[in-house]
Amino acid sequence: MSRISKGERAPEEARALHAVVESTAARRGPLAMRAGGLCKDFAIGRGRGRTVLSAVRDVSLDLHRRAVVALVGESGSGKSTVAKLLAGQEQPSGGSIELEGAPVEVSGRRAFRAYKSRVQMVFQDPFSSLNPVHTVRYHLERPVRLHRTLGEGVGVEDVVVGLAEQVRLTPAQQFLAKYPHELSGGQRQRVAIARALAAEPSVLLADEPVSMLDVSIRLEILGLISELRDRYDLAVLYITHDIASARYFADEALVMYAGEIVERGPAEAVTQQPAHPYTQLLVSSAPDPDALGSVLRSGTREATRASGSALSTTRGCRFSPRCPFVQDRCRVEAPPLVAIARDRAAACWRLDTTAPDLVSARGGGGVEDMTE
Amino acid sequence: MPVEPVLEISELSVAYRGAAGDVRAVERVSLSLRPGEVVGLAGESGSGKSTLAYGACRLLRPPAVITGGSVTYRGRRLAGRSVEVLERTPPELRELRWREIAIVFQSAMNALNPVLRVRDQLLDVVEAHLSLTKLDARERVASLLDLVAIPRDRLRSYPHELSGGMRQRVMIAMALAVDPEVVIMDEPTTALDVVVQREILGQIVELKQRLGFAVLFITHDLSLLLELADRIAVMYAGQLVEVASAHAVHHGPAHPYTKGLLNSFPSLRGPRRELAGIPGSPPDLRSLPAGCPFVPRCGFATDECTKVDMVLRAVPGARDPGHVSACPFVAPGAQAPDGKGTVSEVAS
Repeated sequence: MSRISKGERAPEEARALHAVVESTAARRGPLAMRAGGLCKDFAIGRGRGRTVLSAVRDVSLDLHRRAVVALVGESGSGKSTVAKLLAGQEQPSGGSIELEGAPVEVSGRRAFRAYKSRVQMVFQDPFSSLNPVHTVRYHLERPVRLHRTLGEGVGVEDVVVGLAEQVRLTPAQQFLAKYPHELSGGQRQRVAIARALAAEPSVLLADEPVSMLDVSIRLEILGLISELRDRYDLAVLYITHDIASARYFADEALVMYAGEIVERGPAEAVTQQPAHPYTQLLVSSAPDPDALGSVLRSGTREATRASGSALSTTRGCRFSPRCPFVQDRCRVEAPPLVAIARDRAAACWRLDTTAPDLVSARGGGGVEDMTE
Repeated sequence: MPVEPVLEISELSVAYRGAAGDVRAVERVSLSLRPGEVVGLAGESGSGKSTLAYGACRLLRPPAVITGGSVTYRGRRLAGRSVEVLERTPPELRELRWREIAIVFQSAMNALNPVLRVRDQLLDVVEAHLSLTKLDARERVASLLDLVAIPRDRLRSYPHELSGGMRQRVMIAMALAVDPEVVIMDEPTTALDVVVQREILGQIVELKQRLGFAVLFITHDLSLLLELADRIAVMYAGQLVEVASAHAVHHGPAHPYTKGLLNSFPSLRGPRRELAGIPGSPPDLRSLPAGCPFVPRCGFATDECTKVDMVLRAVPGARDPGHVSACPFVAPGAQAPDGKGTVSEVAS
């Protein structure tokens, strides 16, 4: 890993460096979707108390065919907002989105429908994302009728049965007649995936698709998405708070904190040698069976946790209130996302000094200090 | 070393009565909890783990019926007496619940009353179970928030003004409000993200050491229990399939289902493993197959399995003398013939 010398770079130069960082996902297939400098602000309150919350700030990402990009972060980090922006459900306050090389302009219902057929979403909660009064057949038929032009001699029913079989809801006829309440959580999520595929999208945005499911079921659903990715050349954005699943499932991982990307790189490298203090915190927080309670059982003492703020008035690094390595500079000036290796980037002023800790983060270096 | 268990569930069976017959949600389950111990109860949704815990506190409502077994509670405050929970009358139960056995419910998001301030909800508990003066009760409520590291000025907050992690902590403070000896935690961290989850687990362990209560921790995430629990009980289709120390479960799981669970979560540390998960879905409790209910999903299954009697037997050669498993055929460390449910390391 190449070290960064003291971070004296101007932001412009840093941004240029960011562009140089090669996406691991690019090795998998052609570019399907590109977001550049995406921003989303929400106004809070009104009148004189009005402030602006920048939920997403300067997020750039590339989704390539046959590749999974994981967007990792805690609740409130803005990862779902990114998905909504990409899905056209929210209008960005700034930045651009390109789909297959063409800039996306979703104005009017027809354009939105055409866009929807290319970009589909799978939601977190399969208990509320399916309509309880309709059968599985209805959920699958509707997108087929809306988005597909069927060839000669191909009926809607054939397509729907094919979809159910693709997601292994077999025997298909039996499942198609069922209502959501008759299905288990995993089966419901399969219906949601089949529904997304019905439109023949090129991009699949999966917003925490397995976090509501049992641990034993998660693997199957993630395996299914991987399989469908290969079969349909899908570009997948996998949003999760479980960084361990990103290691296994994603090609590239982007770590988000308070609306900004703080680290990006190949999923294996990011999870094994996290460079940013926040990524380290995420990694050290994941359950570690091998530790068999060494940390937990000794009774970690913990101070009240300050949380990072995404308010636009906040200066400096948004992670600084929680960061164990915080310096004066961090509170004043926000660090840019700079390349730390050919295919990795991170946003931290102290990268050169923290990196050694990180490589040995497993040994407990600086990471555990965070809870003291 | 036999310390008398503070809570002893023996042969407990719970069924859900229905027109089409009983659904046997919990079938002859025995589990004991020693003072100050953390016992983890793991299983998929629908395996009966919550029903077992609620049944043991008599919190189930019809159509759930307790069809057999006994639950014995022996607390320090009872001075050597033991209490048969299943034979108590409702007023007697009221003395037992919360004061002796408290529960942290699953969804912190909805378990608090949205129209009451945090202080009033905590006061309610304290006043119902302790006879304190108004001033003492208020002081106790404030010190409860100190216990879970929430600033006292949050007493005036409504639940919606708190983050998910804070609400869960308020729930924990509430469960601990009158100093119970047994705390049942039903998926207390499932809806939270990993960082907050870790903080809360750390806090639970710290409080447990300080206050000395025993914990029955219910979760579907076995990886958490390996780190947190002293002993782990694994439940499948209403029955216990394996009970052992956390160390034994981690290093020598005996039951194929436990092996499958252990192989279901991606590990962040160490080499990348090939994950197998558990194929198929949990069985329908209305029509359980004969013998072992795990047969349809088990990589080790043979014809013998449909005749096996589901009782927990000591695992031969186990280092942990308390290690029991319902599978008499599979030894710890055995590999499934078809590779399902086994852990194999692959070069990354």
